[in-house]
Amino acid sequence: RDTTWPYQCFGCFVFKPSAKKKKTLSLADHFIHGCEGAENSEKRFKLCQDLWDQIKTDTEVLQDELNRNILDSLLDFTRKCSSTRQHSDWASQMRASEIPTAALVLGVNVPDHDMTFQSLSDLLQQSVTPYVASVQAKECGALKHLIKRVLERLMGTVVTVDDEEEEEAEQTSAQHHKSVHCSLSTLCDWYNTKTKKSNTGTPGKKRSSPVRDGPQQPPVVIIFKDLEAFNPRVLQDFILICSRYIERLPLMFIFGIATSPSTIQHLLPHSVSSLLCIELFQSLSCTQHLATVIDKLILTKQFPFKLNGKVMQVLISIFLYHDFSVRKFIKGIQLALLEHFHSQPLSVLCCKKKEALLNVMQLDHLDLERIRHLLSFKRYVEKQEPREQVDLLTDDTHLKEVCQKLIKDLHKYHKNYYPILRCLHTLTSSLPRYPLGKQIRELHLICLEKNVWESEDYQSAMKLLKMLAKDELIALLQRCAEILQPAKSKKIKSALVQLEDMLTKFKQLDSNITSPLKHLQKKTDLAQLQKTLLEMNESRRAKKLSPFEVLRNEALEFIDSLVKSHLSPPESQVLNEVCYYTSSATVRRHLNATPRTSIQAALNSPFYYLQNDRLKTEDGTVSNAAPDICIAYATVVSAAEGNDPDSDNFGKVDEVKHARFIRAVSELEFLGFIKSTKQKTDHVARLTWGGC
Amino acid sequence: MAALLQHPGYEEERLQRVAEQLPCREVQAGILLSLMGQPHQYSYPSIFIYGHRASGKSHVMHVLLKELELPHATVSCVECVSVALLFEQVLLSFFGCDAASLLPRSASLSDFVRIYRQQCSQSPAKQTRYIVMEKAELLRDTDANLLPALLRLQELVEDNVTIILLSEIVWDKFRPNTGCFEPLLLHFPDYSKGELHTILSQDRHPSYSDEFYSSYINILLGVFYSVCRDLRELRHLAALNFSKFCEPLEEGKVKETDTHKLWRNIEPHLKKAMQTVYLREVSSVQWEQMQQTEEKENGALRGLSAHTHVELPYYSKFLLIAAYLASYNPARTDKRFFLKHHGKIRKTNFLKKNEKTSNHLLGPKPFPLDRLLAIFYSVVDSRVAPTASIFSQISSLVTLQLLTQVSHDDQLDAPKYKCAVSMDFICAISRTVNFEIVKYLYDFL
Repeated sequence: RDTTWPYQCFGCFVFKPSAKKKKTLSLADHFIHGCEGAENSEKRFKLCQDLWDQIKTDTEVLQDELNRNILDSLLDFTRKCSSTRQHSDWASQMRASEIPTAALVLGVNVPDHDMTFQSLSDLLQQSVTPYVASVQAKECGALKHLIKRVLERLMGTVVTVDDEEEEEAEQTSAQHHKSVHCSLSTLCDWYNTKTKKSNTGTPGKKRSSPVRDGPQQPPVVIIFKDLEAFNPRVLQDFILICSRYIERLPLMFIFGIATSPSTIQHLLPHSVSSLLCIELFQSLSCTQHLATVIDKLILTKQFPFKLNGKVMQVLISIFLYHDFSVRKFIKGIQLALLEHFHSQPLSVLCCKKKEALLNVMQLDHLDLERIRHLLSFKRYVEKQEPREQVDLLTDDTHLKEVCQKLIKDLHKYHKNYYPILRCLHTLTSSLPRYPLGKQIRELHLICLEKNVWESEDYQSAMKLLKMLAKDELIALLQRCAEILQPAKSKKIKSALVQLEDMLTKFKQLDSNITSPLKHLQKKTDLAQLQKTLLEMNESRRAKKLSPFEVLRNEALEFIDSLVKSHLSPPESQVLNEVCYYTSSATVRRHLNATPRTSIQAALNSPFYYLQNDRLKTEDGTVSNAAPDICIAYATVVSAAEGNDPDSDNFGKVDEVKHARFIRAVSELEFLGFIKSTKQKTDHVARLTWGGC
Repeated sequence: MAALLQHPGYEEERLQRVAEQLPCREVQAGILLSLMGQPHQYSYPSIFIYGHRASGKSHVMHVLLKELELPHATVSCVECVSVALLFEQVLLSFFGCDAASLLPRSASLSDFVRIYRQQCSQSPAKQTRYIVMEKAELLRDTDANLLPALLRLQELVEDNVTIILLSEIVWDKFRPNTGCFEPLLLHFPDYSKGELHTILSQDRHPSYSDEFYSSYINILLGVFYSVCRDLRELRHLAALNFSKFCEPLEEGKVKETDTHKLWRNIEPHLKKAMQTVYLREVSSVQWEQMQQTEEKENGALRGLSAHTHVELPYYSKFLLIAAYLASYNPARTDKRFFLKHHGKIRKTNFLKKNEKTSNHLLGPKPFPLDRLLAIFYSVVDSRVAPTASIFSQISSLVTLQLLTQVSHDDQLDAPKYKCAVSMDFICAISRTVNFEIVKYLYDFL
């Protein structure tokens, strides 16, 4: 949970600030440094930071809510385990005492788990037991390290392992702590003195701990954060040892599993897994998690900062294609947020409506000029009367007034966009083959890109809606009405009234409709039957619609009109540049780096990295002033496969040149572009992918 | 029975108590007693006891030493993460904590011997001292000199001390290359069915008769004896299922003596237990709960191995598919599968003699990173930039144990991997991305 800005790590500053400044540079200074339009940069920094703080707290709350179910059941599990221990009936005496174990399946997005484990151990410490230790595989290469970590975290002391490498650290700390031996019996003794003490009621620290009301023997919980990564041997031995102490020490395990619970059986043989009493806990899938985050963070008018379609697409595809990490997705939003406020001077207007209106009035001439250069504004001006055009382009005060109106319009647009988007999604998300996507984010992406109603998918979705049975359609419209209910904007309110009107009409249909076939049953006369059949046939030919069909078409036309008036893409809105971040390339470059491509680019065009124009060549070849390695690389690339790239460099060369050549070749080998073949001496092969 | 346990060195009464606690192990206890001799006599320097899990090795030693009040130290080798810990425990139980604290940091064997001798000269042994080492097979992984030294500890420290090693592995697997002192070997055979029955019948439920419980154990062994002879497990299973066995009795449907009806009631239940709780597919707590809630939602509880579905990011799926293909297809055939104009090459033209057997029977083969990526880029349907996250996904797959790295960690240049997932798993993954993997597998051509 780091709160720092990700700026330093993204390497945005090419020039290092001088050493003197370095000490005093705050985040704000970093932000303002090299910022576009420095005049209001402080204000923008403030806005940006406020927004991020809000997003951060919101996501944390969201995360906690999402995890609540599973955490609660885990807490129950630990409580139950510690209470059942005290039973002394025949069955519990006879059965082997197994170590209670919770197998917590969290999914493959391992970086996200940290937060879950953190809140889990916090909750455990608050309400069940003070004795919680979490370990992860990378710090437990050998059994003694695992025991050491567990002991240290539980007892808060330094633990001695007879190991040369740790000697130094221990010697320094030995003076402060009384070091203890690295074995579970030490823990057992410690636990006994601790629980005895608290039972007799020690004064001081213990009193304030909320555990006092809990069971007399609070369990000792050990959390294995990443079970798959543990060395099976270490894990098996540790479990064997623990099971020797289970009678004396109320141990409990929580296994964090990324793949599937069957890994337990792959890791542990029956002789070890028979020592555990494993219960399964399955957490929410990460795609559901993302859906909630998008729902609460992106599809809301609450945050003035917006991402355009391309940036959204980049972030979502990194999530779906690469890592499944919600944390990284939010980091991506943070990066976009920062970039937006840093690079767009007009982002000073990207805030709550009231504040934005105030900020409009404080814009200086330069800012207003910037507005005049905005693409969306230019388009707006073109549509105005000639006189108004002149005013807009010359009169600053007039422009400010117009801007206020435009900002209001932009906010209205967002107010209407999201409810209508949700309505359309409700209507289309259950259609066969999902013409407009199964998830709301897909529909949102379509709407961000273009006029959704012009797409073929939209047309086919509308056709499918026409085929819905009455009950289904009514149910869907009912849900739309529920979605529109909380909206406050005037337009949505009137839309809601209309929709409810239609719903009542639909329901009235039920009572007074009588199909012609019903009449038919009453008739017995053959002549009359023929007549009615003829009539029915005729009406069908004349495409006379039944009242339901009429009403249905009316409803769908109404929905269509709502979509057309509210779901136009943001690019069509004037001043959208203020709120929308558009540079998908930047986001992609920062979040999904391509190291090999960068190296290739450096080798191909060294002038760009060395900032030396003399290295530039017109025809794309490498100039002979370029570094040796660039020339060597060019040679390798141009050499056809199987050819010896050495050949053209060989011949009459002096020793220095030869040495330089050899050095360049080995540098290339180091970078993973070539490797020496073992078939011939001095023969290299080109590599396509390189090492990691 | 107690006649077997007779020894002039110990009181009759104590031997009687020992015999009572060691049903079906009187012979072994008798041999041990005669090996140990009278307390003040020197005993054989080292004894090696082996037998399967839960065949009473530790129990016999524990009861003997405790009831006869002989000085002893019991050490579990799995717990001794360092040899120093082992030495410390021995010194602690023989000479008290003062002696143990004399051990220097990272004590060596010679430190141990020195301190032992020093202590022992202050308090020489009046009786034989015993050091019992459980799970002795782990001693093989420690320093090469430890095991030979322990076997002749009596000579080294010049004290009346005997080492007793307990192991599930035969002595032949211990013997170091350089040779060593041969301990006396003693085998604890598995309990027979009758013996298991005798032992298990002893922990009867207080509110039921001996015969009733004994008939229950009989039925239990009838089901489980063929798969499990582990006393500990059997006792556990007996405890878990006893309430179900008593159910018809509680409801008044059957009398205690009506064994057949009781058998009909419990047998299917035990069979189910064999497939679930015995394999730890279902935990014992869940099993007990299931018995209480009755068969209504029977089968609602899925075992651990039923959950095999793993959600993966899109490219990870393709990386795994590529890894599977690389592991099970011979490298020569890559051209055939992944080049657009490969021409018609029949399988028979490809066949080499040793490849007639299925590659799937032989298991996954290692492949270099280059080949993995080459296959990956040709199976994935869109253009993918070789970004850093593609590479990091490979290492994530390794930590998730879906791939295993074959080459050493240090080898940065062209690392090698193996695919560690099953055919079923990869088929399920391929289905989610609409990739027909069978078409690309050489074995199914």
